[in-house]
Amino acid sequence: MSGLLFLAALAALVPLFSVLGYVIWNGAGYLNWDFFSKLPKPVGETGGGMANALAGTCTLVATASLIGVPWGIAAGVFLSEYGDGKLGTVVRFATDMLASVPSIVIGLFVYTLVVVPMGGFSAMAGGVALAIIMIPIVARSTEEIVRLVPVHIREAGLALGVSRWKVILRIVLRGCVSGITTGVMLAVARVAGETAPLLLTSLNNQYWNLGVTGPIASLPVQIYSYAISPFDEWHGLAWAGALLLVLMVFVVNVLARLVFGTGGSGRD
Amino acid sequence: MTAQNSNSAVLQIRQLDAWFGQQHAVHGVSLEIEAKTVTAIIGPSGCGKSTFIRCLNRLHEEVPSARASGQVWLENQDIYASDVDPVRIRRKIGMVFQKPNPFPAMSIFDNVAAGLKLSGIRRRSVLREVVERSLRNAALWEEVKDKLTAPGTSLSGGQQQRLCIARALAVQPPVLLMDEPTSALDPISTAKIEELIQGLKREVTIVIVTHNMQQAARISDKTAFFLMGDLVEYGDTSTVFTVPKEERTERYITGKFG
Amino acid sequence: MVPEEKLATVSTVQNVTAHSHREKHFSDRLFFWFLRAAGLGVLALLLSIGFFLFRASQPAIEHFGWNFLGSQNWDPVAKDFGALAVVFGTVVSSILAMLIATPMSVGVALFLNELAPRPVARLAGFLVEMLAAIPSVVYGLWGFFLLAPWMRSTVQPFLGEYFGFEFFPIFLGPPYGVGMLTAGVILSIMVTPTVSSICREVFKAVPRANREAALALGATRWESMKVSVLRASRVGIVGAVILGLGRALGETMAVTMVIGNRTEISSSLFAPAQSMASIIASEYPEAAEKLHLAALAEIGLLLFGVTFVMNAIARLFVWHVKRRVNG
Repeated sequence: MSGLLFLAALAALVPLFSVLGYVIWNGAGYLNWDFFSKLPKPVGETGGGMANALAGTCTLVATASLIGVPWGIAAGVFLSEYGDGKLGTVVRFATDMLASVPSIVIGLFVYTLVVVPMGGFSAMAGGVALAIIMIPIVARSTEEIVRLVPVHIREAGLALGVSRWKVILRIVLRGCVSGITTGVMLAVARVAGETAPLLLTSLNNQYWNLGVTGPIASLPVQIYSYAISPFDEWHGLAWAGALLLVLMVFVVNVLARLVFGTGGSGRD
Repeated sequence: MTAQNSNSAVLQIRQLDAWFGQQHAVHGVSLEIEAKTVTAIIGPSGCGKSTFIRCLNRLHEEVPSARASGQVWLENQDIYASDVDPVRIRRKIGMVFQKPNPFPAMSIFDNVAAGLKLSGIRRRSVLREVVERSLRNAALWEEVKDKLTAPGTSLSGGQQQRLCIARALAVQPPVLLMDEPTSALDPISTAKIEELIQGLKREVTIVIVTHNMQQAARISDKTAFFLMGDLVEYGDTSTVFTVPKEERTERYITGKFG
Repeated sequence: MVPEEKLATVSTVQNVTAHSHREKHFSDRLFFWFLRAAGLGVLALLLSIGFFLFRASQPAIEHFGWNFLGSQNWDPVAKDFGALAVVFGTVVSSILAMLIATPMSVGVALFLNELAPRPVARLAGFLVEMLAAIPSVVYGLWGFFLLAPWMRSTVQPFLGEYFGFEFFPIFLGPPYGVGMLTAGVILSIMVTPTVSSICREVFKAVPRANREAALALGATRWESMKVSVLRASRVGIVGAVILGLGRALGETMAVTMVIGNRTEISSSLFAPAQSMASIIASEYPEAAEKLHLAALAEIGLLLFGVTFVMNAIARLFVWHVKRRVNG
């Protein structure tokens, strides 16, 4: 029986190694300077890169973070400081439900909310969609971390004659900075790899787009469109993009473990 | 409305009641705390002594569904009057807790200065002098003067508690409440803090809750004995411990229960 | 000694009077309202999603009514749409995924918690977490270029040869590679980290004493696990499975890339199919005609509703277990 269990564990891990292995094997060759600096070439031509997609992902993630991070942290602090009553239970439930809405549905929602009124696809819409995905993730991890601060720390702050909001902001949250940062990093890594909602909001773009209006390229969408294309060259670029995504995710996760694994409290 | 002033009473408690939801934890207690003394509050677990002391700096009401009523007069002001801001009251009545709780992610200096900084006092020179003075008063200065930027949590348990005392002293409250401040500490740290308290009472009035009768007998001038939410007896420590007026007090002192 | 003037600065802190009382309370209230708004905003977002999707599906709802759910037609040209084919695709691929993932996840969880030495368990646990963090499109890429061809060349012919029965034709038909079976397999891989990590938590909550009691009675390791851990964790495992199911239902990119994108119901698992998520992902960007868009939106609404219900039920299970554990 132990053998069977060991096999089960192996069976679960084999795909991981297979995915990682092939991504590295197929993508490494295409992950060169051109990849980072060149725009995609027209159909049929060799060469070219994903520079615009990388820039686009940065724009999208930045826009999403601007909206999603403050909102998520505020919601998380609300849940930890004032969340023990009825309203808190409802909000917590809503947060968990929002976190499990399929990302394609969120894309659909933002399409009707932003794309239609704006008259077209845009980086703004994409950013909004990603922000909606970020909010519950950031809120949940923030709540968990802030709850770890013991009640008597809050009381000690109050006992000094400090008003409640200052106690929360300047004493409690100050001790949670690294934990909250970790949560935000993980949320950013998650949305950087999202594809589905972007298909309906920011679409794609073969050229640069440094603003927030109009369609914009992004790494995951570019990977997708290259993967389903009939050109080997583009397949190679798709693998390279995938390798980049996987590397990024891996680095962020390891960093998060290192930063928060050792405790998160301590110096500011 | 002013209170009749006995000459040396700094805190006059009149008919203080406290509830946790429906549970009536403190029953109409009246008491006068004399200035520049150490008053010990003793009694068995659950007798309401912690609840009582937390009413004195209006910390009790911060717990949801908790409330208190009555009057507590501090220097011609009833702290429970409707126009009084609880936040500001707590700058006159400080508190030290059972478990040492230096603020996380803050240095020793920042911990002690926290009360001042968060009230808007920013001048470095003022802060530095107040921090040194408070740390000296808490008998911690010599041990930490070279590492003021180290995190507050890097100190030992006994040092952390003295840090919390320094922090409370920094805002210069006339009254300092202490809720079982040594029960989480080793005997040596406990002794240091008891010594500290004896020195502090020259400048600050101290009210200390303790479940350790010997400690109360050692360090306090007056003792109040609580039982099941009632104030049973209050008097000079020597009297309470040798010839108590109430039978219940006598039974508790001699260890028949508790 | 602190000079008098500096002490005076400190004592202004001591001023207890009322004027700033209201002002202090104002900033407290403002802060509280700000936090509250953020919390309520989340609720508002959730409700808005349902509302806006409903509104966007209106044309299709009015046009097709309840027939939409019963029809497996999907013809953008004839403007005849029905959800049955994609609902079938979603349900079958997800159930398939859970059939594969459940034993695998429970096995992984048991192995890591009960059998593996600590450092191995920690490393393996980290790796399983990594599995969860890999973006869907990367799975899709791997699925399309590696899993599907392997299914077509090896697995499906094997299944067809030995299990392809006329009376139970799920393994009959040409081995396409991309199709329902491959989608189910890739979903099972993606869902395993979630299910197994919840199972691990649930198993950890079973007190040591239970296992030891069983061992003391002479049970083997496995019997002890079966009796003490598994039986006690039934509710939690069910919760984990339902949660995994909820994720599988909504999974988009990986499924889109390996399911074959044919909106048709077939009796064979080898045949290409389409799920609710994949049809939206593949057709929405190009769809222009009003009824087409509305039909897709209605599918989105269905998907939203189904995953909402699944996840709510799962949460109840998991919450119930946590409550029992924490007493």
